[in-house]
Amino acid sequence: MSGFFKSSIGKKVAMSLSAFFLMFFLVMHVSINLLSVFSEETFNTASHFMGTNWLVQFIMQPVLIFGVIFHFVMGFVLEIKNKKAKGVAYAKNNGAANSSWMSRNMIYSGLVILAFIVLHFIDFWFPEINHKYIEVLPEDPTRYFGELQHKFSSPLRVGAYVIAFILLGLHLAHGFTSAFQSLGITAGRKKTLQSIGKAYAILIPLGFIFIALFHHFNH
Amino acid sequence: MNLTLKVWRQKDSNAKGQMVDYKVTEISEHMSFLEMMDVLNEQLINKGEEPVAFDHDCREGICGMCSMYINGEAHGPDRGVTTCQLHMRMFKDGDTITIEPFRAAAFPVIKDLVVDRMAFERIQQAGGFISVNTSGNTQDANTIPISKHAADEAMDAATCIGCGACVATCKNSSAMLFVGAKVSQYALLPQGQVEAADRVRNMVAQMDLEGFGNCTNTGACEIECPKGISLDNIARMNRELMKASLS
Repeated sequence: MSGFFKSSIGKKVAMSLSAFFLMFFLVMHVSINLLSVFSEETFNTASHFMGTNWLVQFIMQPVLIFGVIFHFVMGFVLEIKNKKAKGVAYAKNNGAANSSWMSRNMIYSGLVILAFIVLHFIDFWFPEINHKYIEVLPEDPTRYFGELQHKFSSPLRVGAYVIAFILLGLHLAHGFTSAFQSLGITAGRKKTLQSIGKAYAILIPLGFIFIALFHHFNH
Repeated sequence: MNLTLKVWRQKDSNAKGQMVDYKVTEISEHMSFLEMMDVLNEQLINKGEEPVAFDHDCREGICGMCSMYINGEAHGPDRGVTTCQLHMRMFKDGDTITIEPFRAAAFPVIKDLVVDRMAFERIQQAGGFISVNTSGNTQDANTIPISKHAADEAMDAATCIGCGACVATCKNSSAMLFVGAKVSQYALLPQGQVEAADRVRNMVAQMDLEGFGNCTNTGACEIECPKGISLDNIARMNRELMKASLS
């Protein structure tokens, strides 16, 4: 099996498996965040649970971070290898004639998402880790909603988030069906799954954009 | 029609190539693209210049020899055709046409528009065959029952002429459509299934060794393939390799 993951196809499969994991995580993340729109109390309860549950904190969180890093590192490794495989570039190349912009620019949408994750970590994750494990401040189970609203008061931050989510949507528009194809599931290119992919690529980022704007204007 | 051609000229594999402009006049819209290239070469020979080297053989769209990246697309702007079957009616009088060789590190330029596609041959030799006794006692293939669906799919995969348009088109120079088609045409049939695991392992290993890139599922190869080879073949190759690695 180790030989398999060294092959070009094995790397595609690994990329696809990490993508599936991240796509599942996005559903979970947007679902919990959407609670903040409906009920401050429910959002606080859910956030407190996620922030203090040992399974989430010490098993799921490290796995997630590994998944994110793996997807990015592998993405870069493959991009460099692929650039090398092309060699000399064409003087004239009409990529739009045969493929979507999204599919040809996954590395760029990915880079924007990476920049966003850095910003997101500075905004939420580092303060959270500091709160819980470095300064070890007393836990107030009702603090989460206020922190969220405070972050989205800055129009600059909301703008950056919206742009990143649009790029996330473009990344997912190709990535969703591509992940199925890499696993050898041709249904990924057939109508039903393609429609699900489109819906997923629109709804997930739209959900995040809605949450950011909602808290910005309801602050 | 009168045309301006921007053609890649490269003396040999070590030389540094460049785009050179040429004018051709009185080109009939009924000519094939290669016939237009013949007109250009006749013109160059008459002037005492070196003609443009390009690959061609059958000129009937079945041998897979002709190549060329025309106006940013493998085999030009038409669909389901090789360069020899591309007609000048696809262009307009006064057009400027860019003509480049198929680009990939694994397809080095030999001269002008001619590239070395032997990497495909080596992939084929690594497993693109079935081991049968051909001493004269070969069993009639028709005695083996094969479903119509499998036979059709195998035939579709087998129509790949190995021209390399998929590699040329792919932004990653991936050869997975070609290898996927070759793996599929055997994997779908009982005669090929006996050696299926070794075949896919060896062909993929050779493909990686040749320095082809990795498929990112843009689907460009399927669109530009003169034989319309489906991406389903890449998915099948992925499944075959997973199966072979697990067994």
